[in-house]
Amino acid sequence: MKLTLRIWRQSGPNAQGTLVDYVLDDVSPEMSFLEMLDVLNEKLILDGDIPVTFDHDCREGICGACGMVVNGAPHGPQTLTTTCQLHMRTFSDGDTIVIEPWRSAAFPVVKDLMVDRSAFDRIIQAGGYVSVTTGSAPEANTQLVPKPDADLAFENAECIGCGACVAACPNGSSMLFVSAKVSHLNVLPQGQPERESRVVGMVEQMDAEGFGGCTNTGECTNACPKGIPQASIARLNKEYLRASLTHRR
Amino acid sequence: MAVTGILMLLFLILHMAGNLKIFFGRDDFDSYAHWLRTIGSPVLHNAWFLWIQRFVLLVAIALHAVSAYQLSRRDLKARPEKYAHRLRPTASYATNTMRFGGIIIGLFVIYHILDLTALVANPNGVEGAAYDNVVADFSHWYIALAYIVAMLALCLHIAHGFWSAARTLGAVTSATRATAYKATAGVLAAVITLGFLAVPIAVMAGLVD
Ligand code: SF4
Ligand code: FES
Repeated sequence: MKLTLRIWRQSGPNAQGTLVDYVLDDVSPEMSFLEMLDVLNEKLILDGDIPVTFDHDCREGICGACGMVVNGAPHGPQTLTTTCQLHMRTFSDGDTIVIEPWRSAAFPVVKDLMVDRSAFDRIIQAGGYVSVTTGSAPEANTQLVPKPDADLAFENAECIGCGACVAACPNGSSMLFVSAKVSHLNVLPQGQPERESRVVGMVEQMDAEGFGGCTNTGECTNACPKGIPQASIARLNKEYLRASLTHRR
Repeated sequence: MAVTGILMLLFLILHMAGNLKIFFGRDDFDSYAHWLRTIGSPVLHNAWFLWIQRFVLLVAIALHAVSAYQLSRRDLKARPEKYAHRLRPTASYATNTMRFGGIIIGLFVIYHILDLTALVANPNGVEGAAYDNVVADFSHWYIALAYIVAMLALCLHIAHGFWSAARTLGAVTSATRATAYKATAGVLAAVITLGFLAVPIAVMAGLVD
């Protein structure tokens, strides 16, 4: 396949960026999207150009590092798929593909397609954890978890912190990410000690990072590679209302 | 946004139902309009209830508008650099037009108060003659048209607004409930809009004159 790639190039955090066109002549439909970028980078290096910087790690859809906006869709056109799991067969010969970094005040561009997502780390530090007693593992049946709760927690635990929800949201809101973490931990018995401080802390940190406000457009869920449901946002709101009434600082 | 929105929605349901009294004729409608001024009496003085209600609504509108403004500013700041390739939209038309639709409705409310409450913008403008004032309005096609456009904007606003408010207040915590709330939002939007539209359509069709 012959493709034209229109890629955001920006040499550093404070540099002025711009879209640059590259033509790749024989892209195999079996390649993954990141392999296609690897091929481009090899070519750029051989030509003495600077390769395109993009974030990636696992390349199997579980680490959340590889986010980029492909033709206006975070992680590309295929639903429930990270960029690394996207294959070139989704595109056609002759296509022009526009590739941009996540756009969010809270995710500043580091270089080219790579953004700094440490805002998410700080949100996690503000409450996305549970207290555990270290030492020997407790007997498995001492803490019973009802099946529906376990399922709900697991569904939300699937969030890989990629930030596609923020990138897709017209308001640049990170509610889906925060709601996944709060839903995951607040429903489990292990999460009860921090139930209120977690939601209050995470929401306050989210606001402090400069994310936008949620208007329930649902773009986040539609872009999320893990299908975190919009219902989690309602649960976050519910937990937050509950905690604001009962939480002692 | 959610609390004030729901408050205004409740008012709209009552307002719409009251409007339909126009189909029972001039006397019924005018005496209904008069009765609105006597709610709460003799405990409350004449029209006091009306003024309390107006005050509450005004505060609701003001808070709704201020939150919308603050939210919009925050959202714009959250994405300083725009995408070169437009984001692929997957949300509904109603969802994507909340701000724009809200402004249309806001402007309409101002006009509507000048028209049928203060009577300064009404072609008939006789106090106590609610029925004739309404008929005088909708005998002009451009007034009817403006009204219809505003009501369609309202329909879209409620269709997204109701269910979004429910979510904000933490009510829609499962997919099944989401379907139920979305359906309720649709029905509410449709019923309120049709109820309001019945009046100008009836006047234009000559059923009410
Ligand atoms: S909620 Fe989905 S889109 Fe958002 S960070 Fe988690 S996995 Fe990514
Ligand atoms: S590289 Fe880990 S999710 Fe794509």
